[in-house]
Amino acid sequence: MNKEELKVRLEALLLPPTFEEGAEWTTAVVDPAGWEGFARHLRSDAGLEFDFLFCVTAVDWRTHFTMVYHLTSTLHRHTMVVKVKLDHDHPSLPTVSDIWRTAEFHEREAFDLFGVVFTGHPDLRRLFMTDEWNGWPLRKDYEDPVNMIKL
Amino acid sequence: MIQEVGTTEQGELVINLGPQHPSTHGVLHLVITLSGETIKKVEPHLGYIHRSIEKMCESLSYRQFIYVTSRMDYLSSHINNHGCALCVEKGMQIEVPPRAKVIRVLMDELTRLASHQLWWGAMAMDVGALTPFFHAFREREAINDIMEETCGARLTMNYMVPGGVMADLHPDFQKKVKEFIRFFRTKIDEYDELVTGNVIFKSRMEGIGYLSAESAVSYGCTGPTARGSGVSCDIRKLYPYEVYGQLQFEEVTATGGDCFARYMVRMQEMRQSLSIIEQLIDNIPEGEFQAKTKAVLKLPKGEFYSRVETARGEFGVYIISEGGTTPYRIKFRSPGFSNLSALDHMARGYKIGDLVAIMGTLDLVIPDIDR
Repeated sequence: MNKEELKVRLEALLLPPTFEEGAEWTTAVVDPAGWEGFARHLRSDAGLEFDFLFCVTAVDWRTHFTMVYHLTSTLHRHTMVVKVKLDHDHPSLPTVSDIWRTAEFHEREAFDLFGVVFTGHPDLRRLFMTDEWNGWPLRKDYEDPVNMIKL
Repeated sequence: MIQEVGTTEQGELVINLGPQHPSTHGVLHLVITLSGETIKKVEPHLGYIHRSIEKMCESLSYRQFIYVTSRMDYLSSHINNHGCALCVEKGMQIEVPPRAKVIRVLMDELTRLASHQLWWGAMAMDVGALTPFFHAFREREAINDIMEETCGARLTMNYMVPGGVMADLHPDFQKKVKEFIRFFRTKIDEYDELVTGNVIFKSRMEGIGYLSAESAVSYGCTGPTARGSGVSCDIRKLYPYEVYGQLQFEEVTATGGDCFARYMVRMQEMRQSLSIIEQLIDNIPEGEFQAKTKAVLKLPKGEFYSRVETARGEFGVYIISEGGTTPYRIKFRSPGFSNLSALDHMARGYKIGDLVAIMGTLDLVIPDIDR
């Protein structure tokens, strides 16, 4: 499906997302509560079948966080991006690691570096930092007098 | 983070492999739960070489940040640089001159060859054959010499810049590459004679570390790891960049899904890379090697994603720009990270000796995983 067809198809869902324009791929924006159900539709609905989650990342916008999921279907060869807007004080959203297994590692990375909490994640621990590390290094307001990297 | 080793209440043995074990090819730390010799669980502990490259890049300009990416997957440094240069060019809408495009593809394929050579030597060493390592390094040396002449470096080249390449090819480049192709064509057959058909080697590889096509996609595996399971995922074919669309080459896949299938994919890929280099080496267009760009690059506000095929799989660069001279947020989707996440799934049920073979066929580069 091309960009427009994909958008029409997604709008026909029971709880359709909103869309961001001007990006390379169809970009859908959903809220944390609707993300899990939306993800299941994307993974299993005939014609969509996004089975390959190739990039997961968080972005700190100072006022809020965004989780960005890049998805491709290896069957239909279409690509889309899903963004989930999160509260800055308590960033939390459901895990999708049971839908796409690769998310388990990627979500641990986002938790480790941004402090985003994934509810229902089987093993939400620090991944790169040591267990006793304080703070979330990739946040914009992160300051560490000892280990800070300033270039 | 070092877990307490010993026997659990269920009679399972917990042991640490790494972070200083030779077969981990770097500082990867695996905590393995064993029942007898059978693997119950493999838990990777990362971060021993985490440098927070993504954070560093937030304070570097669009010309500077490319240099840091050579230090991620140091065996595919050209290709990492290439992915970053493509992303900046996409944002700035820079048209790269034809000569630079061909040079880039040539360098990419030479890098892929060098990387697969090192993998082949290390892989054989992991399963107990020491000699292939020296053979592989002898051939790799020839590529490193070619790189050194043109790029001035042997490992972290930093040769690709937004708009093209940093310098023109060395006058001897074509001659040396042709010599190398002639030389390596005979050597790659020797590789097959030496290792591929070996009975001991085959028995260590066949039927070990099975990964189904469905799992490979679900775990986000790319590159030879996924293609060994029959998943078509070569970025060079699916989303051609530079001149890959005009070249004659095949995407190598195998259906076995085991260690031997992944091994065969990489062996065939070396031959495909040789063929790509042969097609291009006499057809390097004349002209500029770099497009004219401004001294200070400013990406327009927006998001840009580019992907390239490294020796390990799909490498993605995701830049979010606020319109300034530095990226607001940059994310590197590294192939090794996703491939490693499938290790636990692949290793369960096999013997501890097989784990080293499975890790070998994943071709892990730890700085690429940790970033």
